[in-house]
Amino acid sequence: MKKVLTGNEAIARGAYEAGVKFAAAYPGTPSSEILDTIAREYEEIYAEWSPNEKVALEAATGACFVGARAMVCMKHVGVNVAADPLLTLAYTGVKGGLVLVTADDPELYSSQNEQDNRHYARFAKIPMLEPSDSQEAKEFVKLGFTMSEQFDTPVMVRSVTRISHSKTIVELEERKEGPIPIEVEKNPPKYVMLPVYGRQRHKVVEERYVKLKEFAETFPENRVEINDKRVGIITSGISYQYAKEVYPDYSYLKLGMCWPLPDKLISRFYEHVDEVYVVEELDPFLEDNIKAMGFPVSKGKDVFPIRGELTPLLVEKGISGDRFQLPKPIFTEELPPRPPNLCPGCPHRGIFYVLKKKKLFVTGDIGCYTLAALPPLNTLDTCVCMGASISHAHGISKVVPKEERKKVVGVIGDSTFLHGGVTPLMDIGYNNGTATVIILDNHATAMTGFQEHPSTGFTIRGEPTHRVDFLELGKVLGIRNLKKVNPWNIEETEKVVAEETEKDEPSLIVSEGPCVMLRKAIKEYHKPYSIDPDKCRGCRTCLNLGCPAISWQPVSGDMAITADGKKRKGISVIEKTQCPGCGLCYQVCKFDAITPPEGEVTFGFELA
Amino acid sequence: MNDAVTNILLSGVGGQGIILASDIMTEVFLEAGFDVKKSEVHGMAQRGGSVTSHVRFGRKVYSPIIKQGDVDILFSFEQLEGLRWLNYVKPDGVIVLNNHRINPPAVNLGQMEYPEDVPGIIRERFDRFYLVEGTKLALEAGDIRAANVVLLGAVSKFFDIEESLWIETVLGHLPAKVHEINRKAFAVGRDQIEA
Repeated sequence: MKKVLTGNEAIARGAYEAGVKFAAAYPGTPSSEILDTIAREYEEIYAEWSPNEKVALEAATGACFVGARAMVCMKHVGVNVAADPLLTLAYTGVKGGLVLVTADDPELYSSQNEQDNRHYARFAKIPMLEPSDSQEAKEFVKLGFTMSEQFDTPVMVRSVTRISHSKTIVELEERKEGPIPIEVEKNPPKYVMLPVYGRQRHKVVEERYVKLKEFAETFPENRVEINDKRVGIITSGISYQYAKEVYPDYSYLKLGMCWPLPDKLISRFYEHVDEVYVVEELDPFLEDNIKAMGFPVSKGKDVFPIRGELTPLLVEKGISGDRFQLPKPIFTEELPPRPPNLCPGCPHRGIFYVLKKKKLFVTGDIGCYTLAALPPLNTLDTCVCMGASISHAHGISKVVPKEERKKVVGVIGDSTFLHGGVTPLMDIGYNNGTATVIILDNHATAMTGFQEHPSTGFTIRGEPTHRVDFLELGKVLGIRNLKKVNPWNIEETEKVVAEETEKDEPSLIVSEGPCVMLRKAIKEYHKPYSIDPDKCRGCRTCLNLGCPAISWQPVSGDMAITADGKKRKGISVIEKTQCPGCGLCYQVCKFDAITPPEGEVTFGFELA
Repeated sequence: MNDAVTNILLSGVGGQGIILASDIMTEVFLEAGFDVKKSEVHGMAQRGGSVTSHVRFGRKVYSPIIKQGDVDILFSFEQLEGLRWLNYVKPDGVIVLNNHRINPPAVNLGQMEYPEDVPGIIRERFDRFYLVEGTKLALEAGDIRAANVVLLGAVSKFFDIEESLWIETVLGHLPAKVHEINRKAFAVGRDQIEA
């Protein structure tokens, strides 16, 4: 049967067809929907959201050590978190097959960097497969499991945004269970990486690498297409599709496995064609290695960009050089940009309004709330990686003068805290830190699509489970001051933030408000607020909340004067269809111009 | 069936249902026997920001994304987001625009102006321009949420594909209780475009 599937859905299907028994992940764009799909559609596979990628890989490793086929999925930067077990898993090898899917994000659509994870395969000396559409994504996952067991190695499958989030046609097949029986079997020299065993296993890694290189020479997915012999293009993954789009008639060496490289196959390809171009996204990974073999590359990163996403247009531009012309622009006026924004009613808005008002230095983290760095909130001062908000705040508070310490707070989302924030908070408790940490608890991993996590009370499949209590956890980690606030209540939030930052002791504030998009967590939405055009002075205070439901309307003539005779240039207006009635704007208006629905003031939304 | 690939660019604002609309189109083209690919971005990019979805179909499709200047049909759910992608459209391309405005932050804050008379700007440059009252017609059909389906109905007219296949696919994505309203919404949308 044929279906159109995203790359992520196809990877999930590949795991199903390959007889995978265990799948784990931490959500991260563009990889999140792989596990979402497995949990929704393939009950034969045990699935879990692990607290982070390192735990996911280690748990999957346990499953594979006793013979189960196991898959673990993460975004590119997630592999950094899982790199510790990965680099030594390369030594132990597997028993049941293990496939690690890395979903890279060229162009940083939803990431903090655009690292090229092909380097990990070379670093760990393990094979990496690179599909160029959903059909291949499914097939390469299955091939990955076969190779993993054949060569006793973890196998990486690399997707990118344009594979994971593109839909193409896939031929579905039936599930076939893995060939290895599940049994606990002792084998310390293979699975215990003491130095004495590790040294022996390193030998195995090097011998295996030689075998894998030999395998790559005849691997059918390293495919030669000889057409017009004047130009040969060496490429892999999505770049193949972009190059074929603009130059369908050139000859191609499409590498389904981008590491290790087939030296002899590449050498033979050079014999067939007059000159070779290497078309690849991000780093000159293939190019550098091909040049190191001693082959010339006529066009490579000298003409294709090293940054950002590749496109058919950029391939054409690079290859045709001076002859390239962009289509004549039809419309050239500058348009207002439309960047992503915190939603109307978002619980993060209240807390950032308070932090801005108090002029604090805010060390930040990864999530929707990173958007608070943008105008008009402009209230996030660092963001590097998961959990770093807390460690940044700690480091800063250890070196600045005592008075300055009060000016620093760390903010981190609930899911992000559980991923990478627990150990930094332990650091503060242990090392007599003084920083104030705020957990923005919106009851979901919101940005990636509302996945459950260890504090939502539900597993990936919606089964009820233990719920981590942040304040209890803070207490056992040594944080003496523990508070909870409703971020939609500005007065309360401001009071607590002022008190806690004043203290020369560590504080943990849990700012609890369900994500406004999380319908199941919210008891009811309220009716929209409205602005009285007679009373509004046009002071813009409410506009500075950055709520998409509130807009500025210039006024003139009679309208330029309020009912009580004050001049104004414009008024604020609430778009009724967008306002869920959180009540934040009502609290910031100094002129009583904002009216609550049916006279009832609201402070956000109650939990269902 | 000729060899040419047809390129459709959907654009709008996160939350308007663009991805659902492009999912439906993709399924229709598959069922009609074409090779088809589509692409968009998720995650942070979707939080109320500009959203696009590329849909391409034909005998054989390579790239899931469309080259600038190659769009055959621009299908936009919002005025400004229609304007933003004009340079992607072929000079003889079709533009179907929902007559709907959502202010971006810079306009809300009074720092920039929303472009005036977007339909006029487009009409001046493209002969094959169609303005559809998606929201208004959906309300008339009985539910404002059926605006996407009104628009899909309008766009469906540009393809040589059975109307019944479109309707079947649209309804397949919706709960039974809203089928009647959406059947109506699709028909009203389709009537907006003269053959």
